[in-house]
Amino acid sequence: MVVTKEENVKQTDWEPKIIGFLCKWCSYSAADLAGISRMDYPPNAIFIKVPCSGRVDPTFVLKAFADGADAVFIAGCHLGDCHYIEGNYKAMRRYELLKATLKQMGLDERRFRLEWISSSEAKHLKVFVTEFTEQLKELGPIELPTLAPLAKEEI
Amino acid sequence: MSEKLKIAFYWAASCGGCEVAVLDIDEKILDVVAIADIVFWPVAIDIKYNDVRAMEDKSIDVTFFNGSIRTEENVELARLLRAKSKALVAFGSCSCSGGVIGLGNLSTKEELLHRAYNTSDSTVNPDQVRPQLQYKEVHIPDVLESNYALDQVVDVDYYLPGCPPKDTLVWNAIEAIATGQLPEVGAVLAPNLTVCHDCPREKHDERTIKEFRRIYDFQPDEVKCLLEQGLICMGPATRSGCDASCVSVNMPCRGCMGPTDQVFDQGAKMISVLGGLIDSDDPEEVKEIISTIVDPVGTLYYFGVSKSLIKQSGVKKEVRQ
Amino acid sequence: MTEKPVKRITIDPVTRLEGHAKIDMILDDSGKIQDVYLQVPEFRGFEKFCEGRRVEELPRITPKICGVCPMAHHMASAKALDQAFGVEPTSVAHKLRELMYNAYVFEDHTLGFYFLQAPDFVVGPSAPAAERNILGVIDRVGVDTAKEVIKHRAYGQQMLQILTGSKIFPAAAIPGGVSKGLSEEDRDKMIPWAESGIEFAKFTQQIFHDVVLENKDYVDVIVSDIYNLVAYNMGLVDKNNKVNFYDGPIRVTSPEDKEFAKFEPKDYLQHIAEVPVPHSYVKRTYLKKLGPEDGLYRAGPLARLNASDGMATPLAQKEYEKFYSVLGGKPANQTLAYNWARVIEQLYAAERVLELLNDSEITSDDFRTLATETPTEGVGVVEACRGTLYHHYKCDEKGLAKEVNLIVATTNNKFALEKSVEKAARGLIKSEQPDQGILNMVEMAFRAYDPCMACATHSLPGKMPIIINLLDKNKNIIRKIQRE
Ligand code: SF4
Ligand code: SF4
Ligand code: SF4
Ligand code: FES
Repeated sequence: MVVTKEENVKQTDWEPKIIGFLCKWCSYSAADLAGISRMDYPPNAIFIKVPCSGRVDPTFVLKAFADGADAVFIAGCHLGDCHYIEGNYKAMRRYELLKATLKQMGLDERRFRLEWISSSEAKHLKVFVTEFTEQLKELGPIELPTLAPLAKEEI
Repeated sequence: MSEKLKIAFYWAASCGGCEVAVLDIDEKILDVVAIADIVFWPVAIDIKYNDVRAMEDKSIDVTFFNGSIRTEENVELARLLRAKSKALVAFGSCSCSGGVIGLGNLSTKEELLHRAYNTSDSTVNPDQVRPQLQYKEVHIPDVLESNYALDQVVDVDYYLPGCPPKDTLVWNAIEAIATGQLPEVGAVLAPNLTVCHDCPREKHDERTIKEFRRIYDFQPDEVKCLLEQGLICMGPATRSGCDASCVSVNMPCRGCMGPTDQVFDQGAKMISVLGGLIDSDDPEEVKEIISTIVDPVGTLYYFGVSKSLIKQSGVKKEVRQ
Repeated sequence: MTEKPVKRITIDPVTRLEGHAKIDMILDDSGKIQDVYLQVPEFRGFEKFCEGRRVEELPRITPKICGVCPMAHHMASAKALDQAFGVEPTSVAHKLRELMYNAYVFEDHTLGFYFLQAPDFVVGPSAPAAERNILGVIDRVGVDTAKEVIKHRAYGQQMLQILTGSKIFPAAAIPGGVSKGLSEEDRDKMIPWAESGIEFAKFTQQIFHDVVLENKDYVDVIVSDIYNLVAYNMGLVDKNNKVNFYDGPIRVTSPEDKEFAKFEPKDYLQHIAEVPVPHSYVKRTYLKKLGPEDGLYRAGPLARLNASDGMATPLAQKEYEKFYSVLGGKPANQTLAYNWARVIEQLYAAERVLELLNDSEITSDDFRTLATETPTEGVGVVEACRGTLYHHYKCDEKGLAKEVNLIVATTNNKFALEKSVEKAARGLIKSEQPDQGILNMVEMAFRAYDPCMACATHSLPGKMPIIINLLDKNKNIIRKIQRE
């Protein structure tokens, strides 16, 4: 099983697509810093700048998956450091519930992560994205637990 | 005098409650008959599928379609009625959002059939008999892999949600049709407010939840918001129009009216709300509290698994184009 | 393998339900009936998807099985939960539940009788199809009566709205009792409705007597052999073996009117079993001790009267006695007597509603026992309008449903239904060209059970549609007869 999957991946040159929602005050700045410092890490993640991790509506995450992301993560300021005081706590509470929900829907919980990365932690970001990408390569392309497609109408 | 409206009713994978709801407009049904010809209503009048097939396209003014799409026959009739109708109304939660039987999408078709015909406690089935699509001369339609809302199979013009829709909403819809005052296509024929808006209970919008509770082991206060007492009430993520009827007997809302216009995914909306109400900042404690929601999908998508963003993401591409 | 041509007669749809129920009769080459199949092409998978749900939600999920008998599922479910949680509802809780339950039975039987079965009798089985509907009934009994029917159905529904939160889907019964008590003010509002309900039920008996029993032709039809089916009878009884819809052990009596079994809900698996059949999504049940061929039993109004020793309210008891004296003793095996049994039950339900409303305890606050234990396993049984209904749940340590088994009212009657239809068909259809009145008379055998697939016959006036297809083996239509 595993062997076939790996081969499959090689043949199609598949690369995981990751969508990250990054707080502009911390994690997104860390990404900037990583860029300026010319840190090297896999290009699989697309970063979306958000005003605060607490601004990430669970719908954004679902939408990212529905539109083809193999994985999604949210990154924000360390607990206690949120610009808006409460935001990252709220994100954390939603994250836990959303993760439990996605798992029950049939989605591997390893594909959805929450990480605290401050603006100075460019290295942290690099390591996180690298490891996440590696892990996803092992997991392979996502298979969303969608409804079965219906046969098209015959006229 | 202008020509009478032509109206049709149909039920697909339905419990019949929606049909009863139509009758619940009571004697007003006679007013309906006065302004409209009912050209197809299999449960009430003798018109066959073939008679519908013979009708001209778009010759029915409005079709009210209840029940979800669970069998091949349901698909066929949905397509047929779509072709014959000027306006198609998804009637009831099953048709609008897949309904409670959308929970069947958490299992495969084979699992559903296996449970019913092979393993249930009272079933004696040594020969592993199953309903067969073709048995001798007798044909029954196949069950589909998944359960779908109507608009996942054909285009829908209006939505009339509720399980079943409340009589007042049904009547308003019929009046709107009769007077030609239907809103723009795609509209939901119910208020764009939440159940909380209609609910008389006291709410404080404070973080109050230390634990999610279940109705069996405590009697909730009759005046305070149920959600703030720890019962998951879908009121904040659910459209009004039902007069908060479940809440009126101390029972939390389950979300049958579906989300309001601004919301893409009812469960996601509720997760957002709950994230703001849980009273803890400690990650471990939060995990603990969340673990008291023992069936998140069954709770947050009670009537809407079929239409959840994740479940429906495959369908849109394949079916509608 | 025989190569003789197979011919088929289809009554499609039965009771105005295209696609949801259909009778196929296969004829052999001499035109005699070889097989009869009742098909129900509907499957939604409740037993599976109830698994994994919070078990206390099942009283709100399972009613969606049927929008015509939601209360029956609601109540069977709540009772299964009482047992699973090990809680005994308070006496007030039992009374409130029985009250909502009887209000439902009253309402449902009223509709079943007036809208569904009455057209056959009041208008007449061989009257033109176009008149054999509720309009025809109104024509014979008068518009005032129709108004009374609508009014009393509305009373029943208003009671349900007050007691359960909804006219259609109740939310109020929970493990250990109900979620809300009854205020004195609401009680006082309901009493006149209940009183009026009794008068109306008395009037229904009168109609039945005047129109049906006074007409010798009808009585002959009722007692004729083709509508006679010898079977066991099943129903819940109270401690005096009187009919009870809400609670009690299940009693099964034999065709000789002997008690064959009396068992508690939790022991149901020792007594009944189901087998899937290849031609329908509905399984067939039978009495386990007698086996799948001989274990034929019936459920529903007629079976309940047969399986009991009487009715617990005075007016209904009088009717009960009359019932057996006219039909020639107990048990009554006449399938069409279902209709009469139904109106007697309507009267009982009306009387019981008033009794309960007048109970001094009914407005007490003591309407539930809190459940404190983790739920385990429970079986809940009630008499749905159309027959005995079983809900059986097993739970896991989180209180989620692990296994759900349901035997619904119509499944209980599936076997008897097929037998009755077959018998009527054999008796009536002698050639390949049955005439229209005869086909309706076959259908009457079916409609007498008020099978749940027929829920939606609670509906507008309309013609009774029948198409008969006579087909040869290659499914070529030899002849098609359609009722005008
Ligand atoms: S929406 Fe509710 S009432 Fe309507 S068919 Fe579905 S389950 Fe029944
Ligand atoms: S959450 Fe429920 S109980 Fe609270 S206000 Fe909203 S509808 Fe009412
Ligand atoms: S309270 Fe909620 S579940 Fe109940 S009827 Fe209203 S929308 Fe539906
Ligand atoms: S500002 Fe960074 S998480 Fe709130």
